[in-house]
Amino acid sequence: MAYTIKVNGTARTVDADGDTPLLWVLRDVLDLKGSKFGCGMGLCGACTVHLAGAPIRSCVTPIAAVDSKDITTIEAIGDTPTGRKVQAAWLDLDVMQCGYCQAGQIMSATALLTRKPQPTDQDIDDAMSGNICRCATYTRIRAAIKQAAGLPTADTREV
Amino acid sequence: MAAVNIVATGESGGMTEETGSGFSRRSFLAASAFAGGGLLLDFSVSAAASAAPGQPDMAAATVNAYIRITPDDIVTIQAKNPEIGQGVKTMLPMLIAEELDVDWKNVRTEMAVLDPAKYGPQFAGGSFTTPMNYDPLRRAGAAGRQMLVAAAAQTWHVPEAECETTPGVVHHKPTGRTLKYGALAAKASKLPPPDLKTVKLKDPKDFRIIGQAIGGVDSPLIVAGKPIFGIDVSVPGMRYAVYEKCPVHGGTVVSANVDAIKALPGVRDAFVLKTSAVGPAPFAGMQVGALDGVAIVADTWWQANKALEKLVVQWDEGPAATQSSAGFARQAAELAKQAPTKIVRSDGDTKGALAGAAQTVQASYFYPFLAHVPLEPQNCTAHFHDGKVEIWAPTQNPGAGRTLVAKTLGIPDTDVTIHIIRCGGGFGRRLASDFIVQAAMISRQAGAPVKLLWNRKQDIAHDMYRPAGFHYFTAGLDAKGKLVALRDHLVTFGEGNKFNDSATISPTEFPARLLENLEFGMSAMPLGLPTGPLRAPGSNGLAFAFQGFLDEVAHAAKQDPLQFRIDLLGAPRVLPTPPGPFGPAPGFDTGRMVGVLELVREKSGWGKQTFAKGTGLGVACYYSHLGYFAEVVKATVDSAGAVRVDKVWIAADVGSPIINPSGALNQVQGSALDGIGAALGQAITVERGRVVQTNFHDLPLLRMNQAPPLEVHFRTTDNPPTGLGEPALPPVIPALVNAIYAATGKRVRKLPIDPAELKST
Repeated sequence: MAYTIKVNGTARTVDADGDTPLLWVLRDVLDLKGSKFGCGMGLCGACTVHLAGAPIRSCVTPIAAVDSKDITTIEAIGDTPTGRKVQAAWLDLDVMQCGYCQAGQIMSATALLTRKPQPTDQDIDDAMSGNICRCATYTRIRAAIKQAAGLPTADTREV
Repeated sequence: MAAVNIVATGESGGMTEETGSGFSRRSFLAASAFAGGGLLLDFSVSAAASAAPGQPDMAAATVNAYIRITPDDIVTIQAKNPEIGQGVKTMLPMLIAEELDVDWKNVRTEMAVLDPAKYGPQFAGGSFTTPMNYDPLRRAGAAGRQMLVAAAAQTWHVPEAECETTPGVVHHKPTGRTLKYGALAAKASKLPPPDLKTVKLKDPKDFRIIGQAIGGVDSPLIVAGKPIFGIDVSVPGMRYAVYEKCPVHGGTVVSANVDAIKALPGVRDAFVLKTSAVGPAPFAGMQVGALDGVAIVADTWWQANKALEKLVVQWDEGPAATQSSAGFARQAAELAKQAPTKIVRSDGDTKGALAGAAQTVQASYFYPFLAHVPLEPQNCTAHFHDGKVEIWAPTQNPGAGRTLVAKTLGIPDTDVTIHIIRCGGGFGRRLASDFIVQAAMISRQAGAPVKLLWNRKQDIAHDMYRPAGFHYFTAGLDAKGKLVALRDHLVTFGEGNKFNDSATISPTEFPARLLENLEFGMSAMPLGLPTGPLRAPGSNGLAFAFQGFLDEVAHAAKQDPLQFRIDLLGAPRVLPTPPGPFGPAPGFDTGRMVGVLELVREKSGWGKQTFAKGTGLGVACYYSHLGYFAEVVKATVDSAGAVRVDKVWIAADVGSPIINPSGALNQVQGSALDGIGAALGQAITVERGRVVQTNFHDLPLLRMNQAPPLEVHFRTTDNPPTGLGEPALPPVIPALVNAIYAATGKRVRKLPIDPAELKST
């Protein structure tokens, strides 16, 4: 059936079964391929988008549950001041290896910094542990979040 | 020309290779005018040896580079090898740009299509890219520079010797005249190419690009969510496919309810594919060909994947259906009581030395099967039409993929076009081409372009697994605590004395060549699962077993484990490695290993601190992929047995220069964390011939809250630079289990680490 959803500020009407995950509507119907498929069970975070500002796993969010709430994807995260800072920090610290998970990482990081502009290491652990990086670029993801927050980037966790 | 020799030390051409110098190659350089008036350098070097069909072309050291200079002074460099996150799409063009002498900001990179005749070997594996390309690609760049200088000299009617370059500009020193590369490119393209052997390379002290931290060339696209991965490929008229295979490897389809599936929403087609193996396998034990299965083709991937819920297949599961992890453990224990069926190395009188030892240490070590699970599940887009097939593949091994597709479809290699697409991780999984040939077969049958995408459960159920291994060690110490004899019997997988790749011990495995009395033997069990190289193949398990056991030996000898290793290595010298099938190989330099051990001792404060019970330091060292690594882990184990990795110190010697320090550091950090993740929780287990694990809840990958701080120190030595995709991984696992021993007194001899066995009583 037809659903009208609001993606990156634009209303889009799509024809899909109600149980179709938002991820596949974004990728295969709306041609927004930045959100990635990794597990299909909400376990890896590669599909993370914002729904009404909160990070959600689009691979387990049926289109029927989205309603008219604002959806923001990686393609538009640079339109927000925080998202732009996060992208810039990711580039400045050369976070990426394969890069496949990084859209989801950036979405989770932006949501964290929007909610908590000066996160602690514990905040970072709590907000980011749902996002797997198979290349394990966690050191730089942590540093980039701190840099985007204007904090020193050195890893000062007690050892 | 520096050459690279690849010596396979495994049973049948595995991934434990070493490089050297020596085989002769014929080289030529052809230049031609590029459409649009640019300079196109087509640089090819023919190898004396070439790989067998289906092999990942590791033997052939053929190299090729494309340089295109347009009148706007923009230099476009073809990146020839697959980018899997190891950074070669950035690093290889850096080598060319350095010697061409251009500003990096004026460089653009393009991913080359598969064309080995033009580019030479195009694969990502074995950490080979750096050692194989460091010299040849610099020469390609230098040749381009020389032609631009010649073009300027002719324009000015002056000797070339009076000309020099600054980035992007040729200068005539006596008159101060200048010409930009963009203005010279058309003329340069008509000049004869110089001899690559004699082109002048820069003195490393003059490097402007090599040695600089340069960000990944695709990174701006990645942070903006641009469609650059295999899964993002879109072709007009494309449909989406899933492919369901027998849960037991090698099983075949008896029947399937394809008519019912075809009636489901969005489904365009459903059919059974009967396949046959097309060899040879790129690695012994690896699956070849597509495997029997059922394809479902639909308008969207979700519809195809959802249709799997209704799919009913009657499988003939075949003989592997009786296999299990528990069964392998029982068989291994039985085989361990017998003599190995194959002796890999035997020095001195190991039996006698063990019998006469003042003290013996015995232990068995086990590591499980592992899956690669790159975060981007296997996928491939194929369009078969008019007897030809065009393929967009996130692959590490496009050449083998093309061979397999051509053989399977019965068409010439030249009718298979492969676009090499950025991979969302590789780790060795994409050296196999099963998903490529499946996509091609499905497109042919469906009569449409098709994007095949596996779901995660299918990806885990049909990996080319890291082989499990069972090691049975005995060591003998003399009265002074000196190690005088070592024996290892590895029970592994294969058929008779044909062992799977990355399931073997090399005759040069450490500490071979350091002991008078040493024996390595192997026995094999038949295995239904296919196996293949996983990041640091062989080494990723062997390091745990050997460096864990040697730690036990050090403690039994009442010696400091770090100093024990240094003493074992002895005076600085190069231990020769026997020549392999392609010629001589460099030896193992004990001095370089001692060097990194000393460095990690200093940086970690080894031996200078005491810790509360529950916290400790462990050390390990390991040589693989030409890199020397020593690592110290600090770990804490709580009363419930939960392990926290507090910190990792890494000392590395991969020669010099470090071509891209940013990429290099990222690789080392990621490799070490990858190893920690595997040690803490990962295992593939088999029941009734099936893989038990299905997704990241039961195959846990390392997460942010488990990732410790890491300190990485490069010990730059005057050796040619070598690759970093792998060698930092192997030693971190034994360093971790050795730290757990220091913290708790409990020895971890079985992976993954089981907290239940580390509880305090």
